[in-house]
Amino acid sequence: MLSGTELVLTFLALGAGTLLTRAVPFVVFPEGKKRPPIVDYLGKVLPPAMIGFLIVYCLKETEVTAWPYGIPELLSIAVTAGLHIWRGNFLISIAAGTLLYMFLIQNIF
Amino acid sequence: MLFAGLRVMRLMAEERIEETTKDKKTEIRTAFAKAFPNTVPVLAGYLALGIGFGVLMETSGYGAGWSVLASVMIFGGSIQYVAITLFSQPFAPLNAFFLSLLVNIRHIFYGISMFKKYNGLGKIRYFLIFALTDETYSITSAITPPDDVNKKYFYFFISFLDYTYWIIGSFIGGLLGAVLEFNSQGIDFVLTALFTVLFVDQVRTGGNRIPGAIGIICATLATVILGPDNMVIGAMVLIMVTLLAGRRKLC
Repeated sequence: MLSGTELVLTFLALGAGTLLTRAVPFVVFPEGKKRPPIVDYLGKVLPPAMIGFLIVYCLKETEVTAWPYGIPELLSIAVTAGLHIWRGNFLISIAAGTLLYMFLIQNIF
Repeated sequence: MLFAGLRVMRLMAEERIEETTKDKKTEIRTAFAKAFPNTVPVLAGYLALGIGFGVLMETSGYGAGWSVLASVMIFGGSIQYVAITLFSQPFAPLNAFFLSLLVNIRHIFYGISMFKKYNGLGKIRYFLIFALTDETYSITSAITPPDDVNKKYFYFFISFLDYTYWIIGSFIGGLLGAVLEFNSQGIDFVLTALFTVLFVDQVRTGGNRIPGAIGIICATLATVILGPDNMVIGAMVLIMVTLLAGRRKLC
């Protein structure tokens, strides 16, 4: 166990590191300063790429070479995406996909 | 960081007092009303993950107060989970610092994509940068506030609500701990579902399709080659190289 002071200092170190990763771009390219076009290009193409990354990041621990072969994840994502393409309601798609996933891993797989 | 958040709130409060016109109040209220529905999936996800964090902290011997303090000071889901192991080891703040850099290095990409949206918003920007988590980023980068809504308050409320959910979740988790009866196994999938939905929205715009596919393919390749524990940096390098190499074709 860490002492209270040690724990607070550890939180501070973790918070500082986290904040640094979030603040670096804004420090390197401050407001009002002209950015190289390549940075603005990245700013445009990174959001879809990073959301794709985040989906994989969430699923990275999924075991695909042994039972259940990632089937619950695949099914739930398909339902979420399918519902969203069909109905276009943000909350319904997310709720349905999540409840399906919880049902699948708690009762079937 | 907490202070930055509080300062922003105080500034907003002062601003509110200075401008007693009803327009200002309506503006803030409208921004809240428009921002809130976008954060509902994060509400579910952060409560669930926050509770998980509080419970784990409790089992490591640190009560609800410590969980809340961690969430207030750090506000980063993955790093807080990873760091729990550090709290039962000898004091090593420098290690903690480098670990948080490594775990959160992907956030650098988020900042690069938020210049256009976060610049020009005044002091609130500092809080928005502090609170730029995966989930907040996924919403603010994908969603544009309606024309009649004040951008500044809209982005503030999304970030602030997400921050609040995370803190409340950690508190509940620390408090209830093992008493929780509800079988919540799998509820963290809500975040995967959130990213899926935002991804579908993004790739509906034709120009986003190829970058979206690049993100998925590069991250998958990195996971297969480097394994789940080391995929983050590999994926970032691959995504960056591919996007830069395809600049002429994607622009």
